[in-house]
Formats: sequence, C-alpha cells, structure tokens
Amino acid sequence: MNITLQVWRQAKPSSPGGFKTYLVEDVSPDMSFLEMLDVLNERLVLQGEEPITFESDCREGICGACGVMINGLPHGPQLGTATCQLHMRKFSDGDTITVEPWRAAAFPVVKDLMVDRSAFDRIIEAGGYISVNTGSPPDANEIPVPKPVADTAFDAAACIGCGACVAACPNGAANLFTAAKVAHLNLLPQGQPERWDRVVAMVDTMEEFFGSCTNHGECEKACPKSISIDFIALLNHDYVKAKFKNRRLVAQQG
Amino acid sequence: MPIELDPKVPAGPLEDKWDEHKFSIRLVNPANKRKYRIIVVGTGLAGASAAASFGELGYNVDVFTYHDSPRRAHSIAAQGGINAAKNYQNDGDSVFRLFYDTIKGGDYRSREANVYRLAQVSLNIIDQAVAQGVPFAREYGGLLDNRSFGGAQVSRTFYARGQTGQQLLLGAYQALMRQVHAGTVTLHTRKEMLDLVTKDGRAVGIIVRDLTTGEITSHSAHAVVLATGGYANVYYLSTNAMNCNATAIWRAHKKGAAFANPCFTQIHPTCIPQSDEFQSKLTLMSESLRNDGRIWVPKNPGDDRPPNEIPEDERDYYLERMYPAFGNLVPRDVASRAAKRMVDSGHGVGPRHNGVYLDFADAIARLGKHVIEERYGNLFEMYERITDENPYEVPMRIYPAPHYTMGGLWVDYNLMTTIPGLFAIGEANFSDHGANRLGASALMQGLADGYFVLPYTIGDYLADYLNTDPVPTDDPAFTEARNAVEDQIARFLQSRGTRTVDHYHRELGRILWDYCGMSRSAEGLQKALSEIPALYEEFKTDVRVLGENETVNQSLEKAGRVDDFFQLGLLMCIDALQREESCGAHFREEYQTPEGEALRRDDEFSYVSAWEWTGAEPVLHREPLTFEFVTPTTRSYK
Ligand SMILES: Cc1cc2nc3c(=O)[nH]c(=O)nc-3n(C[C@H](O)[C@H](O)[C@H](O)COP(=O)(O)OP(=O)(O)OC[C@H]3O[C@@H](n4cnc5c(N)ncnc54)[C@H](O)[C@@H]3O)c2cc1C
Ligand code: FES
Repeated sequence: MNITLQVWRQAKPSSPGGFKTYLVEDVSPDMSFLEMLDVLNERLVLQGEEPITFESDCREGICGACGVMINGLPHGPQLGTATCQLHMRKFSDGDTITVEPWRAAAFPVVKDLMVDRSAFDRIIEAGGYISVNTGSPPDANEIPVPKPVADTAFDAAACIGCGACVAACPNGAANLFTAAKVAHLNLLPQGQPERWDRVVAMVDTMEEFFGSCTNHGECEKACPKSISIDFIALLNHDYVKAKFKNRRLVAQQG
Repeated sequence: MPIELDPKVPAGPLEDKWDEHKFSIRLVNPANKRKYRIIVVGTGLAGASAAASFGELGYNVDVFTYHDSPRRAHSIAAQGGINAAKNYQNDGDSVFRLFYDTIKGGDYRSREANVYRLAQVSLNIIDQAVAQGVPFAREYGGLLDNRSFGGAQVSRTFYARGQTGQQLLLGAYQALMRQVHAGTVTLHTRKEMLDLVTKDGRAVGIIVRDLTTGEITSHSAHAVVLATGGYANVYYLSTNAMNCNATAIWRAHKKGAAFANPCFTQIHPTCIPQSDEFQSKLTLMSESLRNDGRIWVPKNPGDDRPPNEIPEDERDYYLERMYPAFGNLVPRDVASRAAKRMVDSGHGVGPRHNGVYLDFADAIARLGKHVIEERYGNLFEMYERITDENPYEVPMRIYPAPHYTMGGLWVDYNLMTTIPGLFAIGEANFSDHGANRLGASALMQGLADGYFVLPYTIGDYLADYLNTDPVPTDDPAFTEARNAVEDQIARFLQSRGTRTVDHYHRELGRILWDYCGMSRSAEGLQKALSEIPALYEEFKTDVRVLGENETVNQSLEKAGRVDDFFQLGLLMCIDALQREESCGAHFREEYQTPEGEALRRDDEFSYVSAWEWTGAEPVLHREPLTFEFVTPTTRSYK
C-alpha cells in the first residue's frame, strides 16, 4: 500500500507547529499503525530529516502511552482500540491520513505528537487511592466482595490513562477518566471509608485543569477500553451527595 | 575496590531465617527516618511499592522514571497473574511447596534462603493488594478465585482478568501518589538516570537527564535503589515494552556492581511469530492458553496445506508425544526448545514457516465455544486484531520470544549490590528465579522486594549514616560523572554517521538471538564474541543521531541504551560460554542427555556467576550455592 500522511510537526512547546506531508510507500497491511510511523522515521533519518516524535511503550493497548488523533478521531477509526493496536489493513491503498497530537488545553504539546498529560497524575494524587499503609491489612479473604461488584469495579479500573476521552471532548473535560477511578474505588467495600472525601478532592482538582462535562458522550466512543459513561453518573451522584453531607457536618459543628 | 561476594544469609532453620534476621539487623527509629534521603529509580511494581513504603515509614524519597507517569512502567503489561501460597483452594499448597516449586523450576540455581522468604511474604502481598482495592477475580461467594498457571500442580495464582499487572501496578502507583500528596515522596517524571555516582566506594547519588529539555542534573542521597526492570530488549524483538533497557543497571555495573548470571534469559513459548522485517516487538499470548490448546506441527516438513486440511495422522502433537505426563504443560524452557527444534527441522508453519500451531478445535468440540470464549475471549480477540485470523476457526500460530531476564545485578540477602548503599529490586536484580522463572512469580518477587523486604533491610545500612548529610552535588564525584554523561551525548550528536540506531539494535539482536538465544554452543558463542565487537565499533562511528539535546530526542535516548546493550550482549555471551552445562533456560548443545534434555553439572557449576567490570576482560566471581533443605534432582516432565 502507498499512504499519504499529513503529520503535525512542532519543534517545542513554544513554537507554532504545522502539518507536513509525507508519502509512505510499500506499507504492509499487517503492519501496525505505529510500525508504519517507525518505518517512515527510519527513512526520514536516512534522508537527514529529524524523525517524528510520538509516544508508545507496551504496544499492546495497556500502558496508555500512545495516542494520536487519526483523521480527527482519538486512536483512529477502530472502536475500543488504542493507536498501537490499530493495523494498516484498516486503511486502503492511496489513503491520505491526518495525524495530530491530542488537542486539549490541559495537555500542552511537548513535541510533534507528544503531549504532557501530567494533570491526570494530579487528579490521582488528590485522592485516587485507598489509604492503607504497607503491612497493616487483614487477611485478603476477610473482605468478601460480591462478584458483580468486583466485576463492575474492574470495568472502571480498566482505564489506561491515555487521555483519549479528554481529546474527544469538545470541552476538554476529564470526567470519564476521573469517574473511572472514583467508581473503581467507591464501589468496593475497601473504598467506603474515604468515599465522600475522595470524590470531592478528585473532582475539585480535575476542575483546576480541565473543562466541564456537558454530556456529549464523545469520550465513551473514543475510549480504547470502552469505559461506560454510566460511571460519570455515579461520579455526579457521589459528588452531590458528598457536598450535601459536608454541608450537614459543617452545620452540625457550627 | 575488589569485589567480595558475601550473601549474608542468616544461619538457622529455613523457616526462622527471615524472622531472626529482621530481629538482628539494625533499625532506624521513627523520628530519625526523616533525616534520610533515598533515591528510587523506577516506578514499576518493585520501585513504586518500595518508594510508597519508604514514604509511609517517614523517609524522604526521590523517585525517578523515564515515563511521563509512574503508571506506565512495563509491569502494567503483565497478564497472567501472581502466585501466593495462601492455600485458599485447600489443594495442598504451602509456603514450603511454593518454595520448592520455585527452586526446582529455577533448576537449582537460586539461593534457598531468598526463595523461602519470597514464598513466606507472598501471603502478605495479596492482603496488601486487596486492601488497596486491586479487583482480583472472585467466586460467587465473594471470596478470591485462583487458577493454576505454568504447569503448577496447585491453584495458587491470583489474577485480575488478563490484566493482573495493570491492576497491581495501579495499586502500587496509587499508594505512591498518596505519598506524593503527603510530601514524603518527590516524583521526577521523564527523567532518565544516566549514571550512578560513587564516592569512597559507596553509592551517593545519580546523574539524570530531563528527556524534554536535555538538562543534566545531579541528585544525592544516603542510598540509591534501582528498580529499573529487565533487559530482554537486548534481543531487539521481545515481549517487553519498547523502552525497556539496561542502562541503569549497566552503568551501575561499570561503577562496581557485580552483574550476576547475565546469560539466564527466558524465552517464552507462546508469542505471536514475527510477520515482517519491520516488526517492532512481539506479543505474548498468555501461557494459560496451553491449558486447553494442543500444540502440533505437520509431520511432513514443508507441508503448506491449510491446517484444517491436514489429517490427524499427518500431525505431530510433539509435546504430548515427547512428554506424556505433562504434555502441553511442560515448563517454558522445555516447550520453547521443542518448538525451535520443530521449526529448525523444517516443520514450521505459517507464511514464514516460523511458528507452530496451538489448536483449540478439540477443546471447542469438548467444552463448547462459549466456554473457550469465556476463558480466553480477550486473548483470541487480541490475536485476531494482530494476525487477522480467527483462532476459533484456524489454529493460532505461536513461536517463542525473549521475555524475561533472570540475570541482573548481584544482591545479598538484604538486596544490596556489591556497592554499599546501592540496592537492586524487581527484575533488575539477579533474583530468586535461578536459571528459569516460573509463571506468575515475577510480580510476586517485585512486590515482595518493594513492600516487604527492602523497607526492613535498608535500615541496617542507613543506621551507620545517622546525622550525616548526603554528599553535596558539587562534589568532584558528581562533576566527574556528569561530565562523562555530557561527553557521551555530545559524541552521539556529532557522529552523524550513515545508519539509524534501530539498524544497529536489530543487527545486535539478530546475533544474540542466533547464538545466545534458546540454545547455545561454544562455536556459536565464539562467533558472537567476534561479531559483536566488530558491529559495536561500526556503531560507534557510523550511527546517525539527528536533532539536538535541548528538546525531546528519542534517537539520542535510544543511542545510549543500545550502546549499553552492546556491552551487555558481550557479557551475556562470555557468561554463556563459561557455563559449560545446561540448566533451566540456558541450554548448551554440548550438554544434553541422549533424549535431548538439559544436562546440569552440579559438581562444577552449582554457583552464581557474578562478573566484575574491569574495562578489559571481565572477571568472574563465584557464589557457591549450597542446598541444605532440598536435594537437587533432574527435572523430569516425562
Ligand atoms: C508481556 C509480559 C507479560 C508478563 N506477565 C507476567 C505475569 O503474568 N506474571 C508475572 O509474575 N510476571 C509477568 N511478567 C514479568 C513481569 O511483568 C516483570 O518482570 C515485572 O513487572 C518487572 O517489574 P519491575 O518493577 O522490576 O520493572 P518494570 O515494571 O519494568 O519497571 C521499570 C521502571 O524503571 C524505570 N526505569 C528504567 N530505567 C530507568 C532509567 N535509566 N532512568 C529512570 N527510570 C528508569 C521505568 O521507567 C519503569 O518505571 C510479564 C512480562 C511481560 C513482558
Ligand atoms: S503503547 Fe501502550 S497502550 Fe499503546
């Protein structure tokens, strides 16, 4: 196959950036999308042009390092698939493909297709954990968890933190990411003691960096793990309830 | 300083060693912990769990990773599960059995005391992970589910769908972020350690490059912990993540840390075969597939008919034929070598004749498609995504691939390397797996080291340095190390040769795979030992790295890593050559039984090889292995 790529090139965070066109010849349909970029990069180096910077690591759809906009869609056309799992057989000979970095105010471009997603770490840091020191827990089977609860918590915990949800959202909101972590922990018995403080801390931190959710639902379609927006409903429910509880506590103390 | 190998194994009965040791080593009292600074490099299971635990104890911790977030460490990709001797299934498991299986699986090339401790603390790991909210698989009654894995005769593997590593790492990452929030841990992301700094023979800090700005900085501490993972990417194609590398441990080796058993590299039997020249990595298909899949090749070499047209009597179910007792469930090294023999003798399948079949037709007929789908649905989907073939209808094609490295920095019972103050944990150390690691025990070891061993043992070292300040970063020891790092970067950027970094990495990988891969011979190793230096010389003058130091430069990052791979690759071959026996994953063609099985030579080779860097010929030191509690036998899976 021969493919024409229009790739966003940007030397550093402060430079303007723009699209550059490359023709990639002899692409095998069995190659992954990122292998196609690898091949292009090797050719660029031999021609004396700096290779395109993009992130990837596991190339199995689990680490969340990869992720670019492919023809305007986060991770490209295949549903439930991260960029690294997309194969060239999903494209046709002669196609022109546009490749851009995530576009979101909270994810500034570092170089070419690489962005800074550290705002996600700030949300987790605010409360995305269960406070248990090493060495203190009871025997694992002393905390039975009903299977359906464990399964639903798992569905939320499957998030890989890639940022596609934010890139897909017209408002640049991170509600699906935050909701996935809140749901994972707030559904489990182990997560109950900190349930209300957790949701408030995480949502408030999220709002420092990201836009607001207006229920477009684009995030769910873009998610390589197909995480359901139902978890956003749980997030909102817990947040409202936590705020209410806190007000009541303040009133009692006051 | 000459290297001295003192394993510091405590005396006494096996069951009491760890307790006695914990009691006899020195502690740092709680109020004094904040006076210490510890550097942890790596945020995989080992690094994240150690850093979080240090933070909870009150130490000041600086943690470094080249990833943009701690959560991306390669541990995230582990699929199958984690072992623990909980005996929840009431099937006769015990700490001793897990210990025994691990020692035997490692073909009697690991330290009894360490392995026993690993089995002991395996119990605590599961408790810890569950309390953190790790969503392990559960039974309908709400209790934890287990499965048997990698040929174990008991069900002791805990799992979280096919994403056990992900869920365990997220647990450790979240514990780490809690300490970042508490201010005990300072997180340094997109920072690559490029050298270890030593002074008066002790580890005192590290030199780091910021991967976005190119800035080189110095960091000092009372102790340095390397949790930087394994080096299977030395082969270029492996199941490891693209960025896994040996730089941190290799550069520590060059500063005086002995490197142990470098040639013990594990080749995993069930990976998707390479499809073209440009392939960037190989994908693992979980070992659990061997529970229901049958492995076969056509009896006639070069039989290119589609698999479903090859009649039963023209198929060779070679594992079932050669190992009737274990069949398709023989350990990894045995299964891998058998597949290689089939492909080498012309029985390989697929367009490149580089695989063997893993066939589910019988299992589907026996159990129904829905059962197979329930068990392996996500794996089948992954396979189809990559190969465009539907494994419910045509057999999968699989072939072995480099996967895990048992070798690594030599450590004593306290997990300290031969450099005082430098510790190594997780896959980065030479570990408890001897010459072959059993499935689901790397996650166990990483978390054991990080949560339950090092937080105790590091105190014994630190106790000597109470009320001393870390060496200031303007000390000549730091300046010298920094200059060396800057020089290397400048050299790469100036060389402007004609070939890419990946070209050299691929070529190096090919040599190692051919001569120091699944089977090795003196002749082949000698060949590698003459080819690698020649290629390395070419690399040094002819590699082309474009761009600058001051912005992200992935070729520059990789050039440094490949440079280290060249040196490590050489040491692997030297180590493989001196070990004139076959054990575990190390198969020397000259040493096999008449049936073609590994022939161990305990009289001469029951030792850990620990190499000292000299700049010229490396020097071999031997740590003898003695077996007080189990008797080495020949592994038999017939
Ligand atoms: C596909 C696959 C599946 C697996 N499945 C299983 C399984 O089911 N069960 C099991 O027990 N084991 C499994 N393993 C093995 C297991 O995953 C690893 O051995 C283990 O996760 C290693 O953990 P670690 O903490 O030692 O290192 P890693 O997780 O590799 O972490 C290394 C860390 O070090 C950092 N780092 C490295 N070098 C530097 C440097 N120079 N400067 C700064 N930072 C650095 C990295 O950024 C990273 O944070 C699997 C392995 C693979 C490849
Ligand atoms: S590279 Fe890891 S998810 Fe794509």
